[in-house]
Amino acid sequence: MEFSLWYLGLAAVFGLFMAWGIGANDVANAMATSVGSRALTIKQAILVAAVFEFTGAFLAGGQVTSTIRKGIIDASQVADNPELLVFGMLAALLAAACWLLIASRKGWPVSTTHSIVGAIVGFAAVGIGVESVHWAEVGTIAASWVVSPVVSGFLAFFIFMSVQKLILSTDDPLKNARKYVPFYIFAVGFILALVTVLKGLKHVGLDLSTTQSVMVAFASGVVTMTIGIIAIKRIKTEPFEDADFRFTNVEKIFGILMVFTACGMAFAHGSNDVANAVGPVAAIVSIVKTGVVAQKSALATWILLLGGVGIVLGLATYGWRVIRTVGRNITELTPSRGFAAELAAASTVVIASGTGIPVSTTHTLVGAVLGVGIARGIGALNLRVVRNIMLSWVITLPAGGILAILFFFLLKGIFYSGPGI
Amino acid sequence: MSGSYLSGIFGSSPVKPLQEHMEKVVSCVCELVPFTQAVLNRDQQGRITHHQNIVDMEHEADALKKELRLRLPSSLFMPIDRRDVLEVLTMQDLVAGGARDVAGLIIGRNMRLPDSMAAGYKALVQRCVDACTQAHIVIRELDELIETGFGKIERVRVGGLLCELDDIEQDTDEQQVVLRNELFMLEDELHPVHIMFIYKVIENTGGIADRAQRVGSRLQLMLAR
Repeated sequence: MEFSLWYLGLAAVFGLFMAWGIGANDVANAMATSVGSRALTIKQAILVAAVFEFTGAFLAGGQVTSTIRKGIIDASQVADNPELLVFGMLAALLAAACWLLIASRKGWPVSTTHSIVGAIVGFAAVGIGVESVHWAEVGTIAASWVVSPVVSGFLAFFIFMSVQKLILSTDDPLKNARKYVPFYIFAVGFILALVTVLKGLKHVGLDLSTTQSVMVAFASGVVTMTIGIIAIKRIKTEPFEDADFRFTNVEKIFGILMVFTACGMAFAHGSNDVANAVGPVAAIVSIVKTGVVAQKSALATWILLLGGVGIVLGLATYGWRVIRTVGRNITELTPSRGFAAELAAASTVVIASGTGIPVSTTHTLVGAVLGVGIARGIGALNLRVVRNIMLSWVITLPAGGILAILFFFLLKGIFYSGPGI
Repeated sequence: MSGSYLSGIFGSSPVKPLQEHMEKVVSCVCELVPFTQAVLNRDQQGRITHHQNIVDMEHEADALKKELRLRLPSSLFMPIDRRDVLEVLTMQDLVAGGARDVAGLIIGRNMRLPDSMAAGYKALVQRCVDACTQAHIVIRELDELIETGFGKIERVRVGGLLCELDDIEQDTDEQQVVLRNELFMLEDELHPVHIMFIYKVIENTGGIADRAQRVGSRLQLMLAR
């Protein structure tokens, strides 16, 4: 290809830009609940986010990346014109990143996932042909956008109910908190590790059987639980602090739990959302390298690294400020609720990541928060804002799509030299 | 600010403002104790000062009430019914209104109470203050109720507090009966119009405890859902 280096360079720059945008804006939504409930300080939240977003992206980001890369478009349609796919993916990246930039400037609730999927579907349907879109796959993805908040809402509801039964609504909540919280910590370690080893570790050279995976996950659960037990042991409870509000000390123990669910949330977010930035990059790289539209080629590890680094860069340059702002505004959420919402959302997202479905982390988290609310756990929820967030993807899809179509024809006009279609 | 929409889904809980309002109401009612003392001591300056305090605090409570009403749009999704919150708020406000009415009545007619009734009336006022304090304790349990997601143990606990409130209100009823009997004995010695208004003062004072009790029963309805 004539402009191979150009394509690679642009792909890396746009991909990094998109990953930066995710780190700058999106991560805040995953971390803010922990900051808001005072389970983590800003500094700790940034550290947790940096470490776990990166590991999530690197270890468990492969499945969703391959969906974005080759699941949405039927590449056989452009087999003799692979450059079209390069333009399309570049256009999609640029469109999604620009749309995110505009939307976050205006304070609109948009989802990175919806932008990139809308952009890819947009350029493919218009630029290549309606039949080039895997509509069944797109349908599954769209359905998951409805299903994932609902599932995480249900999960959060039942997690919170269990917390109520086992800890809060008992004669000695403090004793029961010390007794049962370690099991929730175990669940965090177990689920994250299980999905990662089942689905993610192939590209780092580890291929385990299902039984082995379960054993590894179990061991990781036990390790996290042990760390949790030690941390809980070190918590000093002061009876006088319960004078005004009798659950102050109990909430301190949930605070420990929330440190773990925050890690889980960052990991889940990294694993699902890194694909939004690196999926198109991966597609471009494989086309440029092989010169053909290869559906089979393996995902290069450095691409996931690029995404992870981009997210951490976004976090370090701009995202920490957003985390601080959002965290300050969430004051109604105590650790006992925040953890239930985060555990539910993180589990749902990480399972989606394992199955390769790009879902919106924010929407899933909103669903989880609503679930806790339905269990009568949160002082007040603003349903109008919830509705706006949930409906935003109706606008985001065509916006991403239209921008992508514009950029596609622009890039095609600049670089295209092949036969017309 | 970008990304801040997630924080937008957390509305401001009505619990804290409701508790703050009740706190103001209770301090307004508490002011009746020094006020009554000043009235019984024939301390003209004292009763004017304390009456003014009562009126001021009633106004402050009123302002808090209006503020909370504005902060409760119907798009809020809460573990407690919006209507219940508003009704508890109205009840609380009536308690402060009751204190203001009693003080206003005494000030307006420059009333004195017969010396033989002084101790009994003071005790009644004190018991009414107790009723309000008890109602405040119940209202202060609201955040614990929400924390436990209205768990059974917490509901039973609040039920116990409400029983105590009922007992206190019962006491004030009995005290009123005794006071009315005493007044009846004195009817020949006093000016008829004055007697009518003393009956009114006794009734209104007892009414404060009644209203405090109604704050509690409104809350009980909230739990019954």
